[in-house]
Amino acid sequence: MSGSILYDAPGPRAKRLDRTLNIVFSLVFVAVVAWIGYSFWQRDIFNDRWAVLWEGARGQTPADVWGSLARGLGRTLLAAGIAAPIAMLIGGGIAIIRRGARSRWVSVPPTVLTELARGLPVLLLMFLAKLVFGWPFLWSVVFGLVVYNAAVVAEILRAGLAALPKGQREAGLSIGLSTMRTTLIIELPQAVRIMLPALISQLVVLLKDTSLGFIIAYEELLRTMKLNSEFFGSESRIVFFTVGAGIYILINMSVSRLATFVERRLREGGGGKGIEPPEIGPAGPIPQSGVGGPAREEGAHAGDPVFGAGRRPESRPIPQRRPGDDEGERRRQAYLGDPTAQSLRHNTRTGDSR
Amino acid sequence: MGTFIDEFGTIWGAFLATLSLTVVSGALALVWGTLLAVMRVSPVGPLRTFGTGYVELVRNTPLTVMFFFWVFVAPSIGFVPPLGFWIAVIAMTLYTSSFVCEALRSGVNSVGVGQAEAARSIGLTFGQTLSQVVLPQAWRTAIPPLISVLIAHTKNTSVAAGFAYFELVASMQRLTNKHPADGIVIFFGIGLMYLVITIPLGLLAARIERKVAFAR
Repeated sequence: MSGSILYDAPGPRAKRLDRTLNIVFSLVFVAVVAWIGYSFWQRDIFNDRWAVLWEGARGQTPADVWGSLARGLGRTLLAAGIAAPIAMLIGGGIAIIRRGARSRWVSVPPTVLTELARGLPVLLLMFLAKLVFGWPFLWSVVFGLVVYNAAVVAEILRAGLAALPKGQREAGLSIGLSTMRTTLIIELPQAVRIMLPALISQLVVLLKDTSLGFIIAYEELLRTMKLNSEFFGSESRIVFFTVGAGIYILINMSVSRLATFVERRLREGGGGKGIEPPEIGPAGPIPQSGVGGPAREEGAHAGDPVFGAGRRPESRPIPQRRPGDDEGERRRQAYLGDPTAQSLRHNTRTGDSR
Repeated sequence: MGTFIDEFGTIWGAFLATLSLTVVSGALALVWGTLLAVMRVSPVGPLRTFGTGYVELVRNTPLTVMFFFWVFVAPSIGFVPPLGFWIAVIAMTLYTSSFVCEALRSGVNSVGVGQAEAARSIGLTFGQTLSQVVLPQAWRTAIPPLISVLIAHTKNTSVAAGFAYFELVASMQRLTNKHPADGIVIFFGIGLMYLVITIPLGLLAARIERKVAFAR
C-alpha cells in the first residue's frame, strides 16, 4: 500500500478484497484499452498514414516534415523564451516597489495593475495587442504572456517576501540601507530562493499559454501541426496531433519535474550554495528537540520550514510524494502553519493553475 | 464609451455565453474532479494509477491542444461531438477536473494524521473515515484553492473563442473589427465583464479563508 493515512496495513480479509478489486479494475482497464484499440483498428487508424513520419508523402521527405515541426517548436520556445525573462524582470520590479515603497502613492498603482492583469484572460490581452495595437503575431503573443505572468510572478515574490522573518528587514534597515535597497539586496534573493519551485511551475503555465498563439494565428507548434495535417490530408490529423501533443507533454512534464526536484532539495535543506539557515542561538547549534517534542522557537532559522526541517513536529504526516505534487504540497504546508501561510492564503486569485 | 453602450446587447449575450459555459463545465468538472480525487487516494491500485496518469497527462497539456483534439482530431477517429457549446463543455470539463482533483487531494493531505488514526482506531472503515472524518475537514482547506481553480477556469473559457463558440473574447474580435477606432474601450468593457465574475469569486475565497483560519 502507499502508506496513505487513510487506511491501515491490510489484514487478511482486506488483502483478499484488495486483490479482487485489483484484478477487477485491471481487467476493466485492459478491456477498455482493448476496445479502444479494436475500434481504432476497425477505422483503419493503424494503416499507412503513420508512414508520413518516416517516409514522407506528397513529395515531402521526412526531413521536411520534422523540419517544419521543429520550426514550429522553435517559434513556441522563442515566444516563451522572450516572454519569461521579461515577465520575471517586471514581476520582480513590481514586487520590490510594492515592498520597498514608503508612500501609498507609489505602492498602490502597481497593486491595482497586478490585480487587473491577473483577472483578465491571456487571450484577451493577446487580442488587445494584435487587433487594437496592431502588433505582429510574435509580439502579440509575447505581450499577453508578459502582462499576465509578470503579475503572477509579482504575486509569488510578494508571498515569498512576506514569508521572510522580520529580522532580515530590520537588520537591513539598521545598517542604514534604504527600504528599497533592503528589499533588493537582502530580502529579494531569499524570497526568490524560497519561491523557486513556484516560479518554475509558473514557467509551465507560460509554456502552455504559448499555444494560445494558435488562436491569433501565430505559427507556433500547434498551428504547425494544423498546417501539416491540412497539407497531408485529414487522415494525417491524428498523426500530427499525437506528435505535437507528445512534444508539449514531454516538455511540460520535464519542467514540472524540475520544479518538484528543486522543491525537494530546498525542503531537505541540502540546497547547495546560497543561504544556509543562520544560527541565531547564543553559541553553537541548539540541540534538536526529540520526536514530537516542542519545535524550535521562532527565529532559529531563516525562513525555517523551507530551509530546514527543524520546526515541524514529527507527528505531522509526511505525505507521499508523487510527481506533480508541487502545488498541493505548497498549499498543504501553508495550512500546517508555516509563515508562508498568510501570504499564500491571499494568493487565491493568481489562477496560476491554468 | 458610446460604442460600449451601443453594442451592449452583443456583449451581454457573449457574457451570458461565457457564464453558461463556465457554470456548466465548472459543475461537471467539480463532479469528475471529485471522483478523480477519490480514485487518487483510494486503496485500489489500478484506480490510483488511472487517477495519477490522467491528472499528469491533462495538467501538462495546454488547453488549446485539448480543444484542438475535440474539434479537429476526434471527428477523424469517429467521434463527432456537436460543435460550439458542447465541445467547449467537454474540453473545459476534462481540463479543469484535473486541477479540481489536485485541490481536493491537497485538502485531504492537509488533514492531520491523528484524525485518520483516531477514526481507524474506533473501527471506521475506509469509506467511513473518508466521509465522516477526513472529508469534512479537507473540504475547508480545499475550498480556497478550489475557488482559485474556478477563477482560472472562468478565464480559460476564453479559449473557446478560437473554436467556434461565440463568447466574450470572440465578441471582442467581432466588435473591434466593426469599430476599429474604439478598440481600447471595447477591450476594457470586455475585461470588465470578466472581472464581474472573477473579483466576487476572489473576495469569496478571501472571506472563506478568514473563516477557516479562525476555525483552526
